[in-house]
Amino acid sequence: MRQTRSKNIGITIYILLLLTPVYWLLNMSFKTSREILGGLTLWPQNFTFDNYVVIFTDPSWYNGYLNSMAYVSINVVITLLVALPAAYAFSRYKFLGDKHLFFWLLSNRMAPPAVFLLPFFQLYSSIGLFDTHIAVALAHCLFNVPLAVWILEGFMKGVPREYDEMAYIDGYSFPRFFIKVFLPMIRSGIGVTAFFAFMFSWVELLLARTLTSVDAQPIGAIMTRTIGASGIDWGVLAAAGVLTIIPGLLVIWFVRNHVAKGFALGRV
Amino acid sequence: MNKIPDNRAWWLVLPVFLLVAFSALIPLMTVVNYSVQDIFGPGQAYYVGTEWFKEVLADERLRDSLVRQFVFSGFVLLIQIPLGIGVALMMPKSGIKGSLCLILIAIPLLIPWNVVGTIWQIFARGDIGLFGWGINQLGIDYNYTGDTLDAWLTVLLMDVWHWTPLVALLCYSGLRAIPEAFYQAAEIDRASKWAVFRYIQLPRLKSVLIIAVLLRFMDSFMIYIEPFVLTGGGPGSSTTFLSQTLTTMAIGQFDLGRAAAFSLIYFLIVLLISWLFFTAITHADKEK
Repeated sequence: MRQTRSKNIGITIYILLLLTPVYWLLNMSFKTSREILGGLTLWPQNFTFDNYVVIFTDPSWYNGYLNSMAYVSINVVITLLVALPAAYAFSRYKFLGDKHLFFWLLSNRMAPPAVFLLPFFQLYSSIGLFDTHIAVALAHCLFNVPLAVWILEGFMKGVPREYDEMAYIDGYSFPRFFIKVFLPMIRSGIGVTAFFAFMFSWVELLLARTLTSVDAQPIGAIMTRTIGASGIDWGVLAAAGVLTIIPGLLVIWFVRNHVAKGFALGRV
Repeated sequence: MNKIPDNRAWWLVLPVFLLVAFSALIPLMTVVNYSVQDIFGPGQAYYVGTEWFKEVLADERLRDSLVRQFVFSGFVLLIQIPLGIGVALMMPKSGIKGSLCLILIAIPLLIPWNVVGTIWQIFARGDIGLFGWGINQLGIDYNYTGDTLDAWLTVLLMDVWHWTPLVALLCYSGLRAIPEAFYQAAEIDRASKWAVFRYIQLPRLKSVLIIAVLLRFMDSFMIYIEPFVLTGGGPGSSTTFLSQTLTTMAIGQFDLGRAAAFSLIYFLIVLLISWLFFTAITHADKEK
């Protein structure tokens, strides 16, 4: 389809509307609190980095980012390690109960996190993992692993099985074939899966907040705590919000060429 | 692709099975266990059978939030699916402009959900927010913390802002997979724009649209953090959705039996509707 002028105008308007709330947050993060409460200004009159300085110098703020990064990274690694072989099995073999297992996995992506809140809290408390990064990472596997299996299976189906057979004829063992031949062929799929695992773990707060108290508290929980306090420092809150958007932007930049296919779960 | 029957494939699936079983089956069993008992304290629990389920089904507060939830999810799908298709149709197909559009449109998806709430909390305020201030300047009395309708519209607008990009990106990837030859053929036939959409683009979008509807339904049905931060469920309980009712019950009031019974019903509703969608997807996969 040709890209007409009216389409260009339409998409530009949509993107501008989409970015306005984000701009407003960015705008506010560079204002002094006096200016924020003093009246509406479309851009900062007294441009200041003070709000960001507060976050980067106060450990109770920046530790939140480090905690979030830590459990998200652990989660992405675990998710990929277990999902890769499983997705291969689903894409290549028929085995006892495969369809049921697949639906059961997906059903966990559908489970409302609120349902698991209390049992998770008790489970992780009883095995002594409460308030650790690994607890949140494991809890997030609940929805990330099924999704990763689903996306990877879509990508793997696109690789003809003749490759597998050729590799065996050439004398490759299964692990060697899988790591040396197969994984490089679906590396864009792996990148996209990592991106989605990162994204869903990064944006989730309900479980992360329930499973932590001090040592592993995510940045989101620290922000809601600030909202609860009497005087809200809108500037600092806005700056903290802006900083939570940046990691996602960095990650999507790396997978930008494959992310479209990934959004369709490898199914187009 | 025809698959080889081989039960040894279970070894490859085993890690996933164990991991998900650990983080899903054990908690689920705990919930089932709670749902049939009345718990007063450690070691003081009585078996009550289906008592909690009967009570929950008769609970008016729950029924209200269930109705509210269905209305909300319905509106979410009605607005976001057509809007998402529209946006996808307007996006440039390739090149640096395409990538740039893709990334800009994906921005709302990358923002932690509580920050989405915070953004709209600020943006929609009448005093310091551009949106609330603008609406008030137009002479419309708008206050999302006080007025039920305003609160509803703000939560809905926030969700449309937040999640339409997902639908748009899904459809975009579906559209990109249509070979250029199809369009050339349509041009030779002098097909109208509507005919191109109806007979070329829409059929090709079917599988991604099912995924989009599935994901949007599930996630809007579980919405918690965004309205919680934005309105706190108020004014009154007008924007209190299912997850929030459940969380208040389980954590706030520690009403374990009732919360557990409610959890199971909640889960079953989601599961049932998702199963219907899932059957549709596998069906569509087979047709290909």
